[in-house]
Amino acid sequence: MKSLEELKAIRAKMQGQVGLRAEDHTHTRVVVGMATCGIASGARPVLNTLADEVQKRNLTDKVSVTQTGCIGLCKYEPIVEVLEPGKPKITYIKMNPEKALTVVEQHLVRGQVVEEYTLSAAGDIK
Amino acid sequence: MPEISLNVLDVAENSTRAGASLVEIRVLADSAKDTLTIQILDDGCGMTEEQIAHVTDPFFTTRKTRKVGLGVPFFKYAAEITGGSFSITSTVGVGTTVTAVFVLSSIDRMPLGDMTSTIHSLIVYHPDTDFLYTYQHDGNSFSLDTREFREILGGVPFDVPEISQYIREYLEENKTEVDGGVPI
Repeated sequence: MKSLEELKAIRAKMQGQVGLRAEDHTHTRVVVGMATCGIASGARPVLNTLADEVQKRNLTDKVSVTQTGCIGLCKYEPIVEVLEPGKPKITYIKMNPEKALTVVEQHLVRGQVVEEYTLSAAGDIK
Repeated sequence: MPEISLNVLDVAENSTRAGASLVEIRVLADSAKDTLTIQILDDGCGMTEEQIAHVTDPFFTTRKTRKVGLGVPFFKYAAEITGGSFSITSTVGVGTTVTAVFVLSSIDRMPLGDMTSTIHSLIVYHPDTDFLYTYQHDGNSFSLDTREFREILGGVPFDVPEISQYIREYLEENKTEVDGGVPI
């Protein structure tokens, strides 16, 4: 069995490192819809992929990944919204883990919106 | 929903939205009784008798974004199709208990699925809610109590990468120890 001793060790190691992540005006929020509609269409792996990738690329001090309820566009789930301070909200639709990786790479790292996955491109989705 | 764990995630989300400070989730697999019992108990705002009467109706929801609420009906149907049962009890101001009993050997029972991801998501993305998770398979069991974790961690939040990973490993390794790694 994995023990709580291990958690104590992690805690001891981290002493003094807490409170470094200030949520200020430059913070980008990535929000995943996690109501029945989102969950049923595969939002959980999308959320996990986003969170893992943001961690892996050390973006956690400027990007936070969170979840929300129904966004109201159930037929486009899984939906991921990217809210960057001072920029219009970008809504990515019909997401999956592969697309989520592309969004991290292109949008969160390089600042290029992945137009083809957005709601505004939905006219082209059959 | 392709797996039971997704129903658990969905229904437990309702508990957090009901303002629960503690959500208890029990997954009990019993081969002798041939049952898989899932229980979600919360101390949230609860429901009125009228709301309880309607909660399994897909065309009832308290939400304003649209007119259907499929979470609870999905869960109920998934349990009943196996020959199992489903019940909700609730008291306004006290909390709600949802119980679904699946017939373990039924061909119509969907797999339990990835409970680790469900519990991990709930814990990490609801920093203000405590969770008590119990997983029991025949004689063996383990539990995770976030109140215990919080006490050890002091102010360190669950979404710090090292902690988040520890929680995932804790869930996964203990689950394997309890059920021998055989998918339910």
